[in-house]
Parts: sequence; C-alpha cells; structure tokens
Amino acid sequence: MPLIEAKNLSKSYGAIRAVRSVSFTVDRGEVVGFLGPNGAGKSTTMKMLTGHLRADEGASVIAGFDVADQAVQAKQHLGYSPEGAPAYGEMTVREFLRFAADLRGLANPAESVRQTLELCRLNEVAAQTIDTLSKGYRMRVGFAQAVIHDPEVLILDEPTDGLDPNQKFEVRRILKEMAARKAVIVSTHILEEVGELCTRVIVIAKGEVRCDESRDKFLARGSDLNAVFRQLTA
Amino acid sequence: MSSSEKSSSPGLKPFMAMVRREFAGYFRTPLAYVFLAVFNAFAVSLAFFVGGLYESGIASLDRFFLYHPWLWAFLAPAAGARLWAEERRQGTIELLLTWPITVWQAALGKFLAAWLFLACALLMTVPVALTVGWLGDPDWGVIIAGYAGSLLCAGACLGIAAIASALTRSQVIAFVTGFLACFVLVLVGYGVFDELLAGLLGSAGVDEVRRFGLWRNLEPFTLGLVDVRPIAYFLSVAFAGLGLSTIIVERR
Repeated sequence: MPLIEAKNLSKSYGAIRAVRSVSFTVDRGEVVGFLGPNGAGKSTTMKMLTGHLRADEGASVIAGFDVADQAVQAKQHLGYSPEGAPAYGEMTVREFLRFAADLRGLANPAESVRQTLELCRLNEVAAQTIDTLSKGYRMRVGFAQAVIHDPEVLILDEPTDGLDPNQKFEVRRILKEMAARKAVIVSTHILEEVGELCTRVIVIAKGEVRCDESRDKFLARGSDLNAVFRQLTA
Repeated sequence: MSSSEKSSSPGLKPFMAMVRREFAGYFRTPLAYVFLAVFNAFAVSLAFFVGGLYESGIASLDRFFLYHPWLWAFLAPAAGARLWAEERRQGTIELLLTWPITVWQAALGKFLAAWLFLACALLMTVPVALTVGWLGDPDWGVIIAGYAGSLLCAGACLGIAAIASALTRSQVIAFVTGFLACFVLVLVGYGVFDELLAGLLGSAGVDEVRRFGLWRNLEPFTLGLVDVRPIAYFLSVAFAGLGLSTIIVERR
C-alpha cells in the first residue's frame, strides 16, 4: 500500500484552474522532489494532500486514510510544514513543540519535545520566543513540529527556502536520516536539491503533472538541469 | 519518538491543550492586562458615577449590571477578535487544520478559553459586590444570579465575535464588525431605538424584536429571577455563533 495517494486532485480558484487532475502515489522510502515554477500548483496540491484545502474533485489518501472522510486518522500519520513555516510567534520554541505534542496526544510529550529539539538542533533557542528567531531557526521549528510524532508521511513545502548553504545542508541531513522509514514529498525550486536529496522527481506546471520519474532518469535528461526544467514547464 | 510511543486514544488531551494554549495566549501580550483594567474601570465607574449606585442607597447591584450589555458588546469582540483572525494572519491556521483535531474541537476550545478569560474579568469586579455587602445587607442570591446572567450575556457576545473573527484575517475588522453586531442587540429594547423600529414594524413587531435585546434578557437575572427563557436565549446565541464560525472556518 502506498503511503501517499493523490487521486485526480483538481482545484479551481474562480475561473483559474490551479490544479488539474493530478495523480501519483508515494511509497515508503521514497523522497519525492516536487518541482515547478511559482504558481504552478505545487502548494495547492500539497494543501489538498494534507487536508487543509478541500479538493473540488478527486481524493487524497494518507497511510490508507482518506483526508476528507477520516481526517483525524489521516492527520495522525502526517507531518506537514506549510510554506514559510508558520508558527505561533508569541510562544517559545519549547512551548510550541509541547503544544504540538499535546495536540497530537503523544504518550510522552516531554520526551518527544526533548528528542525533537535534539534532532533539529534547536536546544540553544528552546527558551526563545519564535518571533525573535532568525529565518533559519524558524524554518527548523516548522520542520520540528512536522516530525515530532515521527510520522510515516512527511510533506514539506519549500523547507529550505531562504536558508543559507549551511542551514540547507543541515535540513537535508536530517531528512536523509529519517527518509528510509517514511514517504516524503519536498517541494522546491532549487534544482540541485534533486540530486542530493530525492529518489524521485515530479514536475508540475500549469496545474498538470509534466513528468514523474526516478531521480536518475531525470538527471539523465541533460547536464543543464535549468534547461531541462524550462523545457518541461514551458 | 518511536511509533510505539504514539498514544492510541488521546482522549481529551488535545482539546485541553487547545484550551490551555488559547487561555495562556491572552496573557502572553500586555493586551490582556489592558483589557482587564479597562473592563474593571468601566464596570465600576459606570455603576457608581452614571448609575448612581452609591446615591441610590439601595443595597443591590442592578445598577451595576445595567451597563454590562454595553461592556460586553464592546469587550467580548475585543477579546474574541483574535480567535480566528490571528490564526489566519500568522498562517498557523494551516497547521491547526492539518493537526489531528477537528475544527469543531478547535473552535470549542478557543471559545471556552475566551469565555474563561471574560469570566476572569467579571470575577475581578467582586469587590463591588463586597462593597455593597459592607454598606448594606443585599440579597446575595440575587447578586449571584446577576453574575451568572452577566457571564451568559458575555458568552452570547463572544459567539457573535467568533463569527466576525472567522470571516477575516484582520483583528481590527473582526473587532469592529463584532462590536457593531453586538451593539444592535444592546440597542434593541432601548426607547429611542424602539420608536425607530415601531415606524418600520409596528408596535407588535417591536415587541417581538425586543425579546432579542441583551438587556431584556439580562434584567430578570439582576432581579434574582432565573428563568429558562433568557438562559436559552444567551446559550443559543453563543452556540449559534460557535457553530457558524466553525462552518465558516471549515468551508474557507
């Protein structure tokens, strides 16, 4: 059974058809790079997958649970970091993670918070309010709340956006550590990330899937990935 | 963080976490203290200086509760403005809606936390009652009924505020629309407004509309009459507001 299933997802905003019948599945152990120009429908697709947006048509299934009909079960298996890593700015990092742990009903929330702070290297800012953090730390906090319950499914919308090279390296390191046990979707427009992080690539443009193939096949399309990307999304 | 540690039946824990966070949220900013101070200052000064509580020479709090619909109409939307508007502004609504809690649970948790906060504001006025008790010999049952009625009235205003907050990402807009809606319910039952309505609806119509005024429903409590109808009225407005705000958030 695939851990993530998108079945003919479609969404329109008024007259604009943002996502048109997008389908794919992701299995355990796969890290899918979700590529596409801005406005291609990446975030909209992710929002439908995670149950934040209701799809006009189609369905999304997380760990065997339909996100519309069995929302709570589906969401228990899901970790999601939205674009820009929103968080309650007035809380400290530790308070925020504790809230996430409690809201998920984790059996041992204090221990989960401790381990997550460790994993995401957030210990030194644990007592700071999130509003006072640098962008790099904020992104890590967003990542931390998504993995605190060790979910089977991880969906990250531009988790490395705006990070410096060291911070990007750090996020990729953590992701790689846990990827084998999970199904992961990472949206990005940084093409270099594909080779370093992903096992598979889905390119989306104008709300449609333009290519869905293994990393190696994608990299073999040409040495200039930017040109490949332009051609696929034209 | 192993899978075996995951709790299979979280029960009430997520809901209580929601209530705790929201309630504590009020005290994370200076706003809460400003709110409590303003509420107290107005509650006390309206009763004494406008209502003439002291000069009346009567050991009763009806002149104190008389102004509570006005206070709640203003301050319940102020406290309720952040309920959903703040989630939208910060983008955290996207987290909340992808965490394993239903919108209904989240909405109820937020509502109860806000109501609890308003209850704290009300509780801080207890010295007024104690003063009356020191000066005279009031009927404490009537005073307790008055406090219960005022709290219910606050819940009704908060229900309206919740709808306003669910509709926008701006706390200012949420506050203003919430206040205007509550304000109408305060005016219903006041002489000048009634005359205006009589022109439109006729006197029979005005009688019908008057039933929905906040003061009309609070007044029996301040006289020590605890009747089912006003209780049902306040609770219906509160829960209708809660329900409608939930639907608005769900349908976004």
